[in-house]
Amino acid sequence: MTVETVDAVVDIPYGLAARKRRKALLLETAIVLGVAALLLFIVPPVMAALGQGVRINQLGRFLALAIAALGIDLIWGFTGLLSLGHGIFFALGGYALAMYLQLQLPPGQIPEFFTLYGVTELPAFWQPFYSLPFTLVAIVLIPALVAAVLGYLVFRNRIRGVYFSILTQAALIVFFNFFNGQQKLINGTNGLKTDTSTIFGIQVSDPRVQTTFYVLSILFLVGGYFLCRWLTSGRLGRVLVAIRDDETRVRFSGYNPTGYKVFVFAISAALAGVAGALYTVQSGIITPKAMDVAFSIEMVIWVALGGRATLIGAILGTLIVNFARTLLSEQFPEFWLFFQGALFLVVVTVLPMGILGWLRGDGMNLLRSLLGRRKRVETYPSLEEDPEVQYERETLGDRESDR
Amino acid sequence: MTQLLESVFGGLSIGSVLLLAALGLAIVFGLMGVINMAHGEFMMIGAYTTFVVQNALKKTPLSELYIFLALIAAFIVAALLGLVLERTVVRYLYGRPLETLLATWGVSLILQQFIRSVSWQFVAGVGTFCLLFFGGSWVLARRPNFEQIRGWAIAVLGLLSALIALVFSNILGQTFKLAVTKPWFGTQGVDVTAPKWLRGGLPIGDYQLPYTRLFIIVLTAACVFGIYWFLNKTPWGLRIRAVTQNRSMSACLGIPTKTVDALTFALGSGLAGVAGVAVSLLGSVSSNTGQAYIVDAFMVVVVGGVGKLIGSIVAAGAIGLVSYVIGSNALGPFVSFSPFLKSFFEFFATASMAKVMVFALIIVFLQFRPAGLFPQKGRTVDA
Repeated sequence: MTVETVDAVVDIPYGLAARKRRKALLLETAIVLGVAALLLFIVPPVMAALGQGVRINQLGRFLALAIAALGIDLIWGFTGLLSLGHGIFFALGGYALAMYLQLQLPPGQIPEFFTLYGVTELPAFWQPFYSLPFTLVAIVLIPALVAAVLGYLVFRNRIRGVYFSILTQAALIVFFNFFNGQQKLINGTNGLKTDTSTIFGIQVSDPRVQTTFYVLSILFLVGGYFLCRWLTSGRLGRVLVAIRDDETRVRFSGYNPTGYKVFVFAISAALAGVAGALYTVQSGIITPKAMDVAFSIEMVIWVALGGRATLIGAILGTLIVNFARTLLSEQFPEFWLFFQGALFLVVVTVLPMGILGWLRGDGMNLLRSLLGRRKRVETYPSLEEDPEVQYERETLGDRESDR
Repeated sequence: MTQLLESVFGGLSIGSVLLLAALGLAIVFGLMGVINMAHGEFMMIGAYTTFVVQNALKKTPLSELYIFLALIAAFIVAALLGLVLERTVVRYLYGRPLETLLATWGVSLILQQFIRSVSWQFVAGVGTFCLLFFGGSWVLARRPNFEQIRGWAIAVLGLLSALIALVFSNILGQTFKLAVTKPWFGTQGVDVTAPKWLRGGLPIGDYQLPYTRLFIIVLTAACVFGIYWFLNKTPWGLRIRAVTQNRSMSACLGIPTKTVDALTFALGSGLAGVAGVAVSLLGSVSSNTGQAYIVDAFMVVVVGGVGKLIGSIVAAGAIGLVSYVIGSNALGPFVSFSPFLKSFFEFFATASMAKVMVFALIIVFLQFRPAGLFPQKGRTVDA
């Protein structure tokens, strides 16, 4: 008896599910590509026609940020590790590209800011950024390596939960101090400007370049989405979710979570690096402010608002929060912080599963009840619709000892 | 000799501020496993309370002793605020430390902006809203069918109260103009001047020991002894320690764990307020004062280990000393034999670069003692 026949026998019931799954996957792919095409071909001309050309640039930037949010969803939503230090990786990616752009000069010259601080020779670590291929690799690899090293040192000791969050935040502040203080190496507080430099002989602030990067943002976002989708739908994704739900049990089952966590942290950092590079070019400057504590925590709230462990939710949340911020701070600048603070509170207390999670659960039920249909039942009707069981479930959490 | 004394004292004074900031955080984290991101903002509130008390007492004979009144006031204000936070937000999030972290971060953002934009007009608006909204829901809650209309009632009531409050505060602003719209503190920092007897310093050799630093060290010592006494000699301290060690067993034995939580949270917040008074003596106070201390305080908690007072004390002292020694380049003269080491230490010889070094050392330290200096001993798998 060969293996193939065994497979063929098993394949009959399994094949149905597989076909169903393949159909769902095809549908999802079609929707994602459709939305991407909409963003690529329909939105720019429509916006330009409405006289809202500025919004295109904003949209491009926010789509770049959404790539970073995908990474956060990967590590927080699926693995349960709340990283408050993604600004590091974002900034590293941004700085890598900005350094390449700064070096687009006639031979023998060095970037202007160096002369202000009396530096006459290009520091050694700037040298490799003359080459475009190196830069492109560095945007992905440097954040990933930093994350892998930091992650290995932290995860090896089973440091997790709040400790991990605090350590990543401390690392963020360390990097911030480092970049902020080194005027002579990377222009310190002032950061690196990119909009006046040239890429392939065209100035970066030129509309043609900006359009290219808008398109690139969309392509990378779609690519990032499929990468995350692929990673999380396979066996790796199962292990990640298992680590999130009960790491001790995963370890007892013979897995070593460290490798998985380091890997997913590195991937998520690489995504943040790409996002940082794309964002930098579209906003024209990268400063140590990208490693602000507030910015890194804000990234988390994008994911939380959209819905954790949904991927689409991360993208959605990023766009919603960022557009809300632009609109609100254009109108009432001082209200934005109040609004943002309230957002944190509301998302955590009222919408713990985010918008998408709400839509899938209570939102769907609300819609059904508005349409005059019965609530969807997920387990047995006797468990979900019995008023006595309902009452018990509601009062259970309120008991003194139960927490 | 003087140099050694100076570096020890400098480290001690940095460490004492750190310890004061970390004390409340460590107690709350040890008890509930909750990281309060608004802790730094409670410090800021304490500092602003000092400013208010100072101004209120300026013309009175008490003006030289205002600092003691400020300590009490800051403790009470911050503790009350902490109690409100615990009752309204944190209570619903126990067992979900990461969510609590995000929620308290939201609170910290709100507090920062509140300090910047608070004015009589603002207070009147918020007061009107609270009065209408909570009064309205209190009235509505008496109706027998409140549970059925709850969602709609809250939405309508909230919208209505917000609208009325907005209109009311706008009218107020237009009638009284600057008298009500001027922010109390504004975005600029405010300065607290130390009372006369705290200015100057104690000369030791050619080094001067500032009295404010000395005062902070004494204050820290007093707080530590106070907490030690409270935790070890009072019935509530015993309950707090019991819940810290084993929550469910304590609940079984009749300890009201919810009350313990609320009390501890208020106590931790109050300590943050006291830390704020100390911070206000060191420099100008602005709305993001708390942010500067919060992560250092976290590091103290991480290094010290959870649930042990002694861990926080040793960790704060060690971090303070190391960052001062590196930051002031006190090691430089000792390694002058090697030009590489010398330039290495010079590179890290600023306050911010010292932080880089301290963090690297902490990461190295955690490789050997992942649970901190004095970990809680027990039979849990995850220890």
